[in-house]
Amino acid sequence: MAAEWAIIAGFNRCTHKALTVIVFDQVQKSYQVDGRAIPALHPTDMTIETGEVFGIVGHSGAGKSTLVRLINLLEPPSGGRILIDDENITDYSASELRAFRRKVGMIFQHFNLLSSKTVADNIAFPMKLAGIYSKAEIRDRVQELLARVSLSDHANKYPSQLSGGQKQRVGIARALACRPTILLCDEATSALDPQTTQSVLRLLADINRELGLTIVLITHEMDVVRRVCDRVAVMDAGRVVEMGPVSEVFLHPQHPTTRDFVFESESIDSEEMQEDLQKAKGRIMRLTFKGDATYKPLLGSVARESGVDFSILSGRIDHIKDTPYGQLTLSLVGGDLDVAMSALKAADVHVEVLR
Amino acid sequence: MEALMDGLLSNVDWSEIGLASWDTLIMVGMSLLFSVLIGLPIGVLLFLTGKRQLLEQPAAYAVLSFVVNVLRSVPFIILLIVMIPFTVMLIGTSLGVAGAIPPLVAGGAPFFARLVETSLREVDRGIIEATQAMGASVKQIVFGALLPEALPGIIAGITVTAITLVSYAAMSGVIGGGGLGDLAIRFGYQRFQTDVMVITVALLVIFVQVLQMLGDRLVLHFSRK
Repeated sequence: MAAEWAIIAGFNRCTHKALTVIVFDQVQKSYQVDGRAIPALHPTDMTIETGEVFGIVGHSGAGKSTLVRLINLLEPPSGGRILIDDENITDYSASELRAFRRKVGMIFQHFNLLSSKTVADNIAFPMKLAGIYSKAEIRDRVQELLARVSLSDHANKYPSQLSGGQKQRVGIARALACRPTILLCDEATSALDPQTTQSVLRLLADINRELGLTIVLITHEMDVVRRVCDRVAVMDAGRVVEMGPVSEVFLHPQHPTTRDFVFESESIDSEEMQEDLQKAKGRIMRLTFKGDATYKPLLGSVARESGVDFSILSGRIDHIKDTPYGQLTLSLVGGDLDVAMSALKAADVHVEVLR
Repeated sequence: MEALMDGLLSNVDWSEIGLASWDTLIMVGMSLLFSVLIGLPIGVLLFLTGKRQLLEQPAAYAVLSFVVNVLRSVPFIILLIVMIPFTVMLIGTSLGVAGAIPPLVAGGAPFFARLVETSLREVDRGIIEATQAMGASVKQIVFGALLPEALPGIIAGITVTAITLVSYAAMSGVIGGGGLGDLAIRFGYQRFQTDVMVITVALLVIFVQVLQMLGDRLVLHFSRK
């Protein structure tokens, strides 16, 4: 009885509970191919917090698509429990599952809009399916969402008349129609050009901030993760091989797969870099600045104090979500290295000695 | 000019032609209606129970598919004869316009069911997945997403079925089915009245052309791609 009440309260229309912790407890998935079980996801533990943008990055076939489809049970797990707000969704009956899915929006790489419906009808579609909204409610909500994604002028067009970016914005509006608490993004920007990708990511970040929506985003581009995600899980061959805050994973990648992704996104050729390092003289260090440290005139003063000369081998100054960061690889010659190191550490710079 | 026409088409009884045309129209119209009413749900079921679909059900699919295949593999001229006892049971006669309709439906419905199955398969799987993710039931997915998305294909299928039924309806003249085919066989073939034959064939060609044009128009009207 108590459980029933929770469902009714939680999924009643428009009760906007921003309480959506997603917990994976030894969740696994395998497919039967010719009588053999092929694992797509090895037993995985994971917690996605309320209101965060959680990225899942991996190459195609790494299992990230499976992982995101487990959250709304488009793929039923082969084992383990998936808890959302402390409720095991794998125990849901068919009708409970349908009610639950209405609270989980989803957008897709190829948008998956109905070609036979207008933009407005596509956005209204999930509300009509829910069967609990009046015509006036649907009309008002569609207008509101059209304005939200800046497509008010295109309400009566058909998807084939829109550009890729516009189609994805319709997809986002449609996903938000029933006021979900979770938004799943399946390679949502992979079919878009860089500029459109940026505007769609900005829209997602705004939605996350304004509505407090939990966003789970899968992608094969580390750049997407860097721009919008709070935390990231890196997947390889059906396993989560690294997980943590984006700045941590991005700036100090541990697993080879993660390193590949980071290098790729910074267009670093790792062989070329090794060659460059070999030519350089003295100690080689990688300095990582985060936040305010990024803008401080540190290097000059440290060089003067310690008498160390430096040259920059490679570097990048950019943002991780809203936090500025800088990462520089330096070769240091002469002077007092220890003094330089401690001065940098005192200024909250992460120092990694590469050679 | 009139005399020439009379001479050339001396055997043609225009009121008979008009009546036969009307009969053909009724036979095709009625059998098309029932073929769609019966074939559409069968086509949807074939699709849903198929491999890796929403209601995957290998046994049900095998049975359904077998029945459809059997009906489709019997040549229509044989089906016409095989159906006679069943038709008599169903509507009391196997002759005339009414008697032709049950065998026409038996030929048309499974044909149309396959066309429906094919056009449903052409709907992007992603659209089904998206609709599922919105919390839609199977019924809602079928009526809200699958059928609207497949509508142009289904209309094209109705057109093809209608045209097939025109030729089937003409064939039913062999067992006394009435219509233009009956006319062509009784006068054109059995009495060697070539002019009647030419006129009936010309009318059938026009009939098919009009159907195809109408179908194409409708497909275009409902296509949003």
